[in-house]
Amino acid sequence: MQKDKAIVLKVEDIHKKYSNVEVLRGISFKIKKGETKVIIGPSGSGKSTLLRCINQLTIPDKGQVWLEGEEVTHTKKNINQFRQKIGMVFQDFNLFDHLNALRNVEIGLIKVKGMGKEEARQKAIEELKQVGLEEQAHLYPAQLSGGQKQRVSIARTLAMDPSVILFDEPTSALDPELIGEVLEAIKKLALKGMTMAVVTHEMGFARSVANEIIFMEGGKIVDQGSPHELFTNSQHARTRKFLYKITELYGRSVKEK
Amino acid sequence: MTENFLAIYEALPYLLRGSLVTISLVGGALALGLTLGIPMAIGQVYGNKYIAGLISFYVWFFRGLPVLVLLFLFYFGLFSILGLDLSAFTAGILVLGLRSAAYQSQIFRGGIQSLGEGQMLAALSLGMNKTKAAWHIILPQALRISIPGWSNEYSIILKDSAVTYAIGLMEIMTRGKFIATRTFKPMPIFLTCALIFLILTYGGVKFLSLLEKKVKIPGYGTEREEIY
Repeated sequence: MQKDKAIVLKVEDIHKKYSNVEVLRGISFKIKKGETKVIIGPSGSGKSTLLRCINQLTIPDKGQVWLEGEEVTHTKKNINQFRQKIGMVFQDFNLFDHLNALRNVEIGLIKVKGMGKEEARQKAIEELKQVGLEEQAHLYPAQLSGGQKQRVSIARTLAMDPSVILFDEPTSALDPELIGEVLEAIKKLALKGMTMAVVTHEMGFARSVANEIIFMEGGKIVDQGSPHELFTNSQHARTRKFLYKITELYGRSVKEK
Repeated sequence: MTENFLAIYEALPYLLRGSLVTISLVGGALALGLTLGIPMAIGQVYGNKYIAGLISFYVWFFRGLPVLVLLFLFYFGLFSILGLDLSAFTAGILVLGLRSAAYQSQIFRGGIQSLGEGQMLAALSLGMNKTKAAWHIILPQALRISIPGWSNEYSIILKDSAVTYAIGLMEIMTRGKFIATRTFKPMPIFLTCALIFLILTYGGVKFLSLLEKKVKIPGYGTEREEIY
């Protein structure tokens, strides 16, 4: 196995049940270094729960997660060590409201990584530049647009130098005209070789950046394959129906026909 | 009329010394309540069920009894049983402070819970442990939100402090009663006491509202404005 094809994240047979609802029923997949895996599926299919099971914000009932060969689940090692390396970007940003953009990005460096203030500041400014927000460094979350907030949150995650980043519907809370800037930032990361798992409903985005798309429904992986395979000749009727519905919604099917 | 003013004039230094006692008593009780109330709020929200249960019991006990009952129970009961020879002043701070902790914990709990779980999740996802997340992320926001409620607690404790009259603490009211009885001029004396309380309440509440403005997060929350 070549080094650049090393498996960064391995998820095996994850199960999760809330009272009587089985949200996840045996999910397994791997992400290789530099890969972007896009997870799609109808609401309530367990996509967000799956991401949370990966960094243990939700504890799965069964199954394992490995990060770079080390088991994250059932580990005696401090989970906080793993979480530093597993970045997470949330649907509703979850920026720290009492801190300006710059402090949002540097707080993890200072309080978690123990980095010196000056060094952390430099790195935070660098990360904000990456997402085009160095000018907004001193603004507070309430003073930023949704798209800007999400880009700050991406910078905050990047600052920790994660091995993999999990995106949980990063554009679902945004106005249509702000979605583009966030997708652009994520696309840039993909091109730079960041390893990522992205839950999204943005099919155009999925199509253009995914190495592989996973289609989930009812807590199971129903279908998976390259964007080309899934979009043009999926063997599963269910996948075709879902993709047809969602592309129709975005007004593409009429033109493509 | 003149003799009333004269009575007030003569009583004033004595009553003002009582105000200092009241201020230290209230300051001490609030500080004790703050020191206990913050960890209690965190424990109730983020702690396991045993910790949360224990705190709920504490809150139920101290909120469920009149302050006078608590004072007597502790001062004449518990402290003597424990063999503690406490002054009325120390006992007053302890009882008012332990009771205030129960109320303050609920003010802060409300502040923490109004934040929503996203702030904690984001902090944990960066690799912070719960304690650091509570200290650096949750508390700075929750405490800001809690200032108006805390200001209420200040004014309530200030007025409740007069109850320590019952254990002979030499605060404003004890001294007022003493002079009123001696001079047979209850009205001017008690009016003076009332005025001192009004000034103290005003000063403290004003200070806290200035503090609230000073630490306000830019762009966050609702400004006072006309809504049509």
